[in-house]
Order: sequence, then C-alpha cells, then structure tokens
Amino acid sequence: MIETGFVEFFSNYQYPVMVVIGLVLIYLGISKKMEPLLLVPIGLGVILVNLPWPGEGLMAYKLGDTILPYVDYVEAGFPEAAEPHGLMSRIFHYGLTWEIIPPLIFLGLGAMTDFGPVIANPKTLLLGAGAQFGVYFAMIIAFALGAAGLLDFQLGEAASIGIIGGADGPTTIFVTNRLAPQILGATAVAAYSYMALVPIIQPPIIRLLTTKKQRQIYMKPQLRKVSNREKIVFPLMGTIVIILLVPASAPLIGSFMLGNLLMVSGVTDRLAKTAGGEFMNILTILLGVAVGAQMSGFIFLKPDTLGIFALGLVAFMASTAFGVVLAQLMNLVSKHKINPMIGAAGVSAVPMASRVVQTMGQRENPRNFLLMHAMGPNIAGVIGTAVAAGVFISMIG
Amino acid sequence: MAEEIIEAPMVGKIIEVMVKAGDSVSEGDVVCTLESMKMENPLVSPVDGTVKDIKVAAGDTVQAGDEIAVIE
Repeated sequence: MIETGFVEFFSNYQYPVMVVIGLVLIYLGISKKMEPLLLVPIGLGVILVNLPWPGEGLMAYKLGDTILPYVDYVEAGFPEAAEPHGLMSRIFHYGLTWEIIPPLIFLGLGAMTDFGPVIANPKTLLLGAGAQFGVYFAMIIAFALGAAGLLDFQLGEAASIGIIGGADGPTTIFVTNRLAPQILGATAVAAYSYMALVPIIQPPIIRLLTTKKQRQIYMKPQLRKVSNREKIVFPLMGTIVIILLVPASAPLIGSFMLGNLLMVSGVTDRLAKTAGGEFMNILTILLGVAVGAQMSGFIFLKPDTLGIFALGLVAFMASTAFGVVLAQLMNLVSKHKINPMIGAAGVSAVPMASRVVQTMGQRENPRNFLLMHAMGPNIAGVIGTAVAAGVFISMIG
Repeated sequence: MAEEIIEAPMVGKIIEVMVKAGDSVSEGDVVCTLESMKMENPLVSPVDGTVKDIKVAAGDTVQAGDEIAVIE
C-alpha cells in the first residue's frame, strides 16, 4: 500500500500554516501583481518544503548514511560534512551557500542599469549613501534587542536584518547567508515583500518629512548628456575604487560593474543581452524556489521571525527617511535646489522607488518629471547597499 | 507670439497623443503619454495656448530632448 502524507501533514500545525502562507504569497504575486517574478516561485518553494515527505526531503541533507530533514540540519549548526540530498537543497547549496546566484543576479542587474543619471549628477551618489543609514540604524536596534535578551539576535542576525533596509534582495541573501544562515528565509522574504510594498510604505514618510512647497520644487528634466567614454570609465573606476575601499564587496560590485561594462562597451551586446535577459530569468527562478524552500515551518514559525519582519520594516522606513532628510540638508547648502523627494529613492529598490517619486512629483506639480533625477540616488543605493554588505562581512564575518 | 516646445524628458515610447494641431490647451492639460521604465507618464502643457504642431504619433520611440509638441 502507498503511504500518503495526510496524517503527518495534519498532525503538525506548521505544515498547513506554511502552505497557507505560500498560497498567500502566490495570491499577492498573481492577483495584486506584487513582485510576481519572485513571489510566485518563492510561494511555491514554501509549499513544496512544507508538504511532509517527500516534500520535506526536497530540502534534506545527508550526513554519512543519515538523512537529515532541513530542520535537523539547521539545528545541528549546518555541519560542513553534510551534503545536499534533495533537489531544493542542491539548488540552495550550490547556488546560494556557495554564493554564486546573488553575484550573477548582480551581473544581470548591471547589464540592465544605466549609470547615466549618476554620472550626470554625481551628488546623487551622496543620497544613495545617506539612505544606507537606515541599515545601520536598524542593525543597532536589532542588536540592542538581542543584547537585552528580548529576541535571540547576535551581531550576525542584527546585520542581516539591518541590510533589509537597503531593499535589495540579492544583497540581503548574500549577507544573511554569510552571517546568519538560519534566518535566511525570513530576511529574504522580508526584503522582497518590502520591495513590493515600496509604493505603500514610502509616500507617508516622504509627506511627513517635506512640505507641499518642497515637494513641488521643479527640476529641469534634461540631465546633461553623458558621453560613451564616461559610461565606460565609470564601471572600471567604480570597480577599482569601491573594491579597494571595501574588499569584501568584490563579488557583488565586481559582477555589477562587469554586467554594466558588457552593456556600455558597445562590442559585447550579445553578452549583455544574455546577462540581463534569459540568464537573469533562469537565476530568478532558481533563487525564488530556493529561498522559498528555506521556509520550513519548524524554522520559520517562531517569535523571532516576527521580530525580523518588524525590524526589517523599521530598517526600510528609516532608510527612506534618512534619504529625504539628507536631501533637505543638501538643499540648505546648495545653490541649486533639488526636490527632496528624490532622497527617498536612495533605497535600492530599482526602479520601484524612482517610480514612487515620479508619481508623487507629478501629482504635486504636473510639470515635474523626476524619474531620471530619482534614478541617480536609486542606482547609487544599489552600490551603497552592496558596500554596506561588504562592511558587515569584513567586520563580523 | 511666444512658442513653448514640449520635449521628451527621457527615452521612451509614445503611447497616446491626446491633442492635435489647432486644439486649444490649458496649463496642465495632458498632451500625450510617454511610457518609460514600464510607467505611463503624462506630459503636460506648461502654458495656456494653442497646439501649433505635434511631432509624434502613438507608437513612436523618442529620445530625451526630442521635440514632442509646439504650443503658442
């Protein structure tokens, strides 16, 4: 007789609860169009890993002759001698634990990114850096809560939670995998959820920190024309300077800049199209299911997970706020006033944060076209978050 | 009479043109919709006046700085 999974499934509440969470993620992706490219594979990954054997076996590891369900592997402290034994654990192990997929996604992002707005208006780099204060702010709070014994967070967990404020999925995964792999599912899903919620989370914070008059500040749409030579020099100099400054950022920054160089060199169009096209899509599928498969109910359904989501939101809100405040401060000393809303785009959710600024800007002043101005801090934010990741890994890893 | 030229603020595709030569427009009226970065962005008239010339049609791809319309 065939043994079904029904009895096991209904004898542990973790299974059905997580399957419902997986279904909700898929619903949000399909019906609400919230980051569907990620939430749909993540949602199915969650369901797959929360159906008892053989589902749980998809994330199993093997230690000698013993097969370890994922929860046992985590509780044993990720023994190095263990080998991945299921489809998901293999994708996860060789793709994420080996740190291959996040840098390759950065390669694709680089091949789709136009550094023109940053080169045309380099002071926007400052706004991208300023928004990273939220990352450190949330990290300190998470660490303090851990030190006070309220939540089970050490420095590694605190840094992984703080980086959610950068609103960059691959970077969050990269840092958490290095510093606190046991919370990877929670930080990754939090980061992607908040990226999807950018249009809901950011506008009230922007309104709170600006006056109507400031939000109406007009910026000329035309940025100066950036030459091809500048576009080629930027990723080359960026690679050298940033990696010399923060060597641990090399996998992310090196890949990002290589992807960009492929795009702007003018002689490697085929490679750039592949890196930013189907190659990126394949990686997105693998990343999505592997991250979803991290969310075994036995690991995920703990009070600490709620803490991660709450502090991740604090990180993201603080990053938005710091970006806007820095833009206001720049206006105090600068002759050419910028619309302070573009500071909010310093979080690295590209291009969602820029779109929010564009939409709000046109509502406040129909003549305003802030999209390109917001792309500067937005792209700088991607670089800033990757640098923050390098700083954390150097100091804590 | 002074002319105001509406230029494309960034590269994109014209999705819809709402006015034609000879139409009168008020400041803030949407002249056309430009799709950039998967967003539909309305381009508005900066002044009250009459549309003297429309230089784009739906489906056209425009570069930053390209002339879209002339209002006088």
